[in-house]
Amino acid sequence: MHIVIIGNGITGITAARTIRKQSNHDITVISGETDYFFSRTALMYVYMGHMKFKDTQPYENWFWEKNRIKLKKAWVQNIITESKSIVFDNGEQISYDKLLIASGAKSNKFGWPGQDLYGVQGLYSFQDLELLEKNTANGINRAVIVGGGLIGIEMAEMLHSRHFPVTLLVRESSFWNNILPKQESQLVTQHIRDLGFDLRLNETLKEIKGDAKGNVSSIITGSGEEIACQIVGLTAGVSPNIDFLKDSGITIDKGIIINANMQTNISDVFAAGDCAQFQQALPDRHPIEQVWYTGKIQGETAAFNILGQQQTYNPGYWFNSAKFLEIEYQTYGTVLNVLREGESEFYWESDNHQKCLHVVYRQSDHLFIGINIFGIRMRHELFNKWLIEKQNVEHVLAHLRVANFDPEFSRVYETEIIDAWNKLNPTHQIQLKTKSAFSKLIFGS
Amino acid sequence: MSQANNSLSLANPHPANFNGKQKLGLAITGLGLLSFFMAWAGAGNQQPLVFLLITLIGFFGGGIIFTIGSYGNLPAGIKNNRVVFSSLTSRGAIAWIAGVVLTGFYIMLYWRSFWKELFGTDLFLGLVNMFNPLSEMLRNNPADQWFVYGTLYTIAILVMGFKFIYKYRHNRYQMLRTTSVMFFQLGFAWLLPGIMKALYNYEPYLTYFWPLDYDAIFPSTLSYFQKQGAFGMFFIFWGLVMTFIATPILTYFFGKRWYCSWVCGCGGLAETAGDPFRHLSDKSLKAWKIERWMIHSILAAIIIISVLLLVDNAFKNQLLGESAKNIAKGYSFVIGMVFSGVVGVGFYPIMGSRVWCRFGCPMAAYMGIIQRFKSRFRITTNGAQCISCGNCSTYCEMGIDVRAYAQKGQNIVRASCVGCGVCSAVCPRGVLNLENGSDNLKRTEILFSSNDLKILS
Repeated sequence: MHIVIIGNGITGITAARTIRKQSNHDITVISGETDYFFSRTALMYVYMGHMKFKDTQPYENWFWEKNRIKLKKAWVQNIITESKSIVFDNGEQISYDKLLIASGAKSNKFGWPGQDLYGVQGLYSFQDLELLEKNTANGINRAVIVGGGLIGIEMAEMLHSRHFPVTLLVRESSFWNNILPKQESQLVTQHIRDLGFDLRLNETLKEIKGDAKGNVSSIITGSGEEIACQIVGLTAGVSPNIDFLKDSGITIDKGIIINANMQTNISDVFAAGDCAQFQQALPDRHPIEQVWYTGKIQGETAAFNILGQQQTYNPGYWFNSAKFLEIEYQTYGTVLNVLREGESEFYWESDNHQKCLHVVYRQSDHLFIGINIFGIRMRHELFNKWLIEKQNVEHVLAHLRVANFDPEFSRVYETEIIDAWNKLNPTHQIQLKTKSAFSKLIFGS
Repeated sequence: MSQANNSLSLANPHPANFNGKQKLGLAITGLGLLSFFMAWAGAGNQQPLVFLLITLIGFFGGGIIFTIGSYGNLPAGIKNNRVVFSSLTSRGAIAWIAGVVLTGFYIMLYWRSFWKELFGTDLFLGLVNMFNPLSEMLRNNPADQWFVYGTLYTIAILVMGFKFIYKYRHNRYQMLRTTSVMFFQLGFAWLLPGIMKALYNYEPYLTYFWPLDYDAIFPSTLSYFQKQGAFGMFFIFWGLVMTFIATPILTYFFGKRWYCSWVCGCGGLAETAGDPFRHLSDKSLKAWKIERWMIHSILAAIIIISVLLLVDNAFKNQLLGESAKNIAKGYSFVIGMVFSGVVGVGFYPIMGSRVWCRFGCPMAAYMGIIQRFKSRFRITTNGAQCISCGNCSTYCEMGIDVRAYAQKGQNIVRASCVGCGVCSAVCPRGVLNLENGSDNLKRTEILFSSNDLKILS
């Protein structure tokens, strides 16, 4: 059987590796983007000079041949599902027995005037990185970034590392507050400003203006201000990269519509990762999930289904992490930007406003629902266990020190956190579970 | 990626823009260097103290000011911007020049008497004389080239150690262990041997043990210390206890890091002066294979040589005769001088900072075996948070592909890990942590599985 995978990102590669571990079928992975799998999340570090592009590749180049995973560098133009064949943009065709589409996403463009000028770009693909290198090669006086999500802040950090002034236009009234509760959002907002970024809140992009050569020269904001700039970063989200499927007969909406077994409406055609949209979203989850680890799990799930081993997508409890400039962020369980009915919260912030912890629990029985942590590392394994065991918030907080994953000798904040809780909750006092410093040194945690 | 190797060009496309403080720091260091070379050229014979002071002020003052200029205006946090663009830290022209100069300097120093015979004049006289006032003060003896080397080595660890601490000021583990290597270098590898030289006319190095201190149990060394009376016997005893009792126990509890990145002078230099080059270590599987063969061969060699010499000595040198000396000399030259001295330090800018520690050090090999098979130390992986970005692997000075484990959710138990903790520090998602856990945990167990989810790579 010949299994073809479109896309060599984390989803496609996870699928290919899973299939190889389980079977001896022929596997071909197609990508027009790069010869080899690389970590998309690391593109920023290449621009900042932390790593060479080669360092973003998790496997050495000999790996693919050794594991009999055939790589093909080409762009797919169309899929003819009747004859089970794939047409490339040079007219070449190959056929498949089973197909997985993991073609990823592309940056959103919302039809802004001037959005196709030179110097206007997103940041998702290897080509975007090359473009940014080219666009900033001779230096720039200012970049304007539109959109206040994770890619926006990454792009701002990248440009900042080369000493280019950055203005961020954010539609929301506080950074990422469509995802983060207001306390965390304010903490991040302040951090961004402390580090010297020109952050404009409640601000949108109205128009991008260019010079005679077609290069960006300025933007006009929603409030009418003109800001001179040479780069416009469009980071207002990404959407599935599925234009090549228009005439394929595969059902698409925003993304490729799939069921919980990662199957499309066409038999033997599967989809997974950033390009896929679940017909029925799981509770507390979006129908399109564009996160590194969901890509991994979807790729793996698709692989089993391709091999005929029925498996439904089950990513478990939500978790994620990110880094906002210098502040690390982790989340476990569900913490929405506003409390839902019946939910209570506990929030603690360090004196220097660099660290915080936000726990959400059910009002009636104090069931632990989720946690956001900034500036302190916590153990995924434990929080996941507590969510599965349906522990209450007191149990979680009492074991915070055990869950701490900061480097040895780091300053600890658990006592401070528990004191704050106890002050607010006189009827639900918590005693922190600790190990003596000596036993921790010798026996670890 | 179709991109020319910019680093080989002096016309760097990403020019470093030094700020005022950095320039001042560099200027003061330059002044120190000028004084250093003037003394070397002969001025050290006439005015040693003046040139020594200017040199020291230049190195310390310049280094400190440059550091403050480099990191003072930046928020606490990881500072690896531009590392792979800079010529010095990306095997560019400056790196090759630095490599040749460092290597050459060591070779010149090692063969001081050879050059003296060849050229009819002592090339190092001015330089050694400049260090006389310091040597007289500390050791009550005139300086020699090895005092010069040891002093420069210590200065490098102190100045670059300060830079490292300031760079990692958000991370207490990094600050503490760097303070520790600075303390052991200054106290146990410079001050104490100097004072002992002044008082008892020999220089013990209490932080070097067999098999790194390869001749520590050679018959010649043992008989030399025996002649020194009670102190000598103490040093023999100390060395044996450290090698055969303390090392296994400490390594069991803490991993080899207790030595390699907290105490050892070779490690000390690698962690401080070598820090800007840590990402240059080769991460390939091939390099790992070479590493295992080389380092264990050297450990085997020093064990065999030591046992041979001891047995030969028991038979009153009847077994080996003259060749006993040659075997000892051969190891001393090939491993002690060429490998640990020349390659170990000179190749920092080309092969990374831990070439000797990774491919050569028999002490590291010995502790590595304990760490791999019977130790509580490991690097733990935080569930499924890894995004495979590769910062950990890139900045591993030992060339461990940390990411290969982290992305699978596996703990990392590798013989070579020196526990520097930089993988954990550079991780943007809080995935890695150095821990002394219980040793019944299976080394490569996949820790995270939620319901029927299997995280794999």
